Amino acid sequence: MSTTETPTAKERMAIERAAMPEQPAEERVRNFNEVNLGLVEEVAVREAQRCLQCKNRPCVQGCPVGLRIPEFLEKIAARDFAAAAEILQADNALPATTGRVCPQEEQCERLCVRGKRGEPVAIGWLERFVADWMAEHATAPASKADPSGFRVAVVGSGPGGLTAAGELALRGHEVTIFEALHDAGGVLRYGIPEFRLPKRIIDREVANLEALGVALETNVVVGRTLTIGQIREQFDACFIANGAGLPRFCNIPGENLKGVYSANEYLTRVNLMGAYRYESRTPVARGTTTVVFGGGNTAMDSVRTARRLGSERAIIAYRRGREEMPARAEEVKHAQEEGIEFMFLVSPTELLGDEDGWLRAARLQRMELGEPDASGRRRPVPVDGSEFELPCQVAVAAIGTKANPLLTGTAPNLQLNKWGNIETNERHQTSLPDVFAGGDIVRGGATVILAMGDGKAAAREIDDFLREGASA
Amino acid sequence: MYEVIHNEELAPEVWRLVVRAPRVADARKPGQFVIVRASEACERIPLTIADADADEGTITLVVQAVGDSTREIASVPAGGAMRDVAGPLGRPTEIEQWGRVACVGGGVGTAVLFPLAKALAEAGNAVTTLIGGRSEPHVILRDELAAFCEDVRVTTEDGSLGRKGFVTAELEEMLADDATCPQAVYAVGPVPMMKAVVELTRPQAVKTIVSLNPIMVDGTGMCGGCRVTVGGEVKFACVDGPEFDGHAVDFDELSTRQRTYEEDYCRLDAQFRQTE
Repeated sequence: MSTTETPTAKERMAIERAAMPEQPAEERVRNFNEVNLGLVEEVAVREAQRCLQCKNRPCVQGCPVGLRIPEFLEKIAARDFAAAAEILQADNALPATTGRVCPQEEQCERLCVRGKRGEPVAIGWLERFVADWMAEHATAPASKADPSGFRVAVVGSGPGGLTAAGELALRGHEVTIFEALHDAGGVLRYGIPEFRLPKRIIDREVANLEALGVALETNVVVGRTLTIGQIREQFDACFIANGAGLPRFCNIPGENLKGVYSANEYLTRVNLMGAYRYESRTPVARGTTTVVFGGGNTAMDSVRTARRLGSERAIIAYRRGREEMPARAEEVKHAQEEGIEFMFLVSPTELLGDEDGWLRAARLQRMELGEPDASGRRRPVPVDGSEFELPCQVAVAAIGTKANPLLTGTAPNLQLNKWGNIETNERHQTSLPDVFAGGDIVRGGATVILAMGDGKAAAREIDDFLREGASA
Repeated sequence: MYEVIHNEELAPEVWRLVVRAPRVADARKPGQFVIVRASEACERIPLTIADADADEGTITLVVQAVGDSTREIASVPAGGAMRDVAGPLGRPTEIEQWGRVACVGGGVGTAVLFPLAKALAEAGNAVTTLIGGRSEPHVILRDELAAFCEDVRVTTEDGSLGRKGFVTAELEEMLADDATCPQAVYAVGPVPMMKAVVELTRPQAVKTIVSLNPIMVDGTGMCGGCRVTVGGEVKFACVDGPEFDGHAVDFDELSTRQRTYEEDYCRLDAQFRQTE
């Protein structure tokens, strides 16, 4: 079969799923370079040919930004990467990012017809392949609507804000993003480690948006530097995607010992401030043993970072079981390959320090699974008399975040729910009609792609809102 | 980029800079701070906004050059620029009508104290400022404070200016006399100084407000690195503070946490001096 001819269904079914080339585990635990190396052209084309081009297209339903996956794969299969890139650019503002960090196994690939018998098409890896191809080839910029004359402010330059900004710019609006930190990217920059999402990828995605005419102003903390009220006076509409904010701690004795971090601080020191580089001026505590409390993607990022910073033992301590862990499958697989230890059904009760105030051990208690709780997962119940000490020098709490009140506290008419998250209607609209919101500040903690989905949907609603207002 | 309009050495290793940051100048209130990076390689350094001119769009910062990143801030000349100035951050000071107020400043803490003392005086309080330093050149902002304070009392450790000893001796005297005893005390300086002040005012239960400067990264509540225990509860200095009821602060914990990166900074400092 020649790769340029359209294969028959039988031929498509005969192709096995590609394998992602990776840096060997024993090598990558000593550096911060990307783990996945990306598919080469031949492999990508063959993988795309596995798509059956089925009529129902369930994969598209599974994509929060609604990427036209079968069309996109068809172009790759036909080696027309420029056409594939055009589809990608029109549908997804951050393709190099989502191709790397989306939980595809729960979204597009979960619904892929080929997955019913065997392995689904590797949609995420192909998305990354085309996004990276775009970076190396000059592609025509996405086509943009005529200037609308409307000005829209976007609060936060994380995945939700960047996606909304891109979508709004394509629709002809003049967009300004306000970012609190000194560089754009939000959680992509401070949270996700270099070995999963290199900083140059974020720089590139942001540069693409700037090329579309999006203005970016860093060091603007909305709620302090500017209020939502001031923004409403200066812009025709606003999208708030300022993220989750405040870290949760375990609320156990000893949590203020030196060597104890929130995942936010630990990862920010390493990612945003570059503490993994020898010459960095930002230090981070390193120990022979690091224990991370939690079982989500942030916990995986933290524990794999600790391993790379030199911890001989880097341990996940999770209060539920392996099946209940919310982390993405690929991260768990990579962590295991890297020698991360998993302790399931344990919960910290106390952190113990030495005479200088440094952490020396964690007291953990064993748990067993009881009745399902509100999340549908079985609730962990402590086992009496099961406490034990785990010597460690660094501990990281990766147990979630709560809404940051900085912005909402200075926007008196913005309606919040009981957890302090912003209330929105089905149009992503807040109680202030010209103010829309999405991502973690609405959802209270989710994923990059869900924030992007909100950004894209909200941008369309904002577009409707502005044009309805203009014609009214 | 944020243009540096003015830079002068105020005291040994202490510089005063005027920086153009119109959004900050417009929004800031006394007691708030900014996070500054002189260049890409720098740490994020929290600095109190010592003064601001909203019409000019400028803020005044006082920085003590103690590490790589603060030295770099101090070394940017007029006409140069800072890469980042983010803020204003933290809660503004709650300026009340106390009556008589003592403002106690140690070393570069006097620069943090300055906007508070000014705002308290403007609100009609009788402000006595007690400032101290190692020796005469280390005592800063004396004349500027004298412009609006009822009294400015100076102490130096070597007696080269004002009374020999610590600021706490002056405060003790004020507290001992009903005619001079303040209704409120504001203290800003090194942790041992603030701790000594709150111990002095505790027996008479004189309201004492301290401004804390713990280790901080983002300054917006995101990292929790600046957590301090106040009245048995964990607070984030960047969003819940930086000012707290001094009698409720766990200073021993704060002092321990502030030394977290002592060794790292020694290593980095040695590296910096080698490459300089």
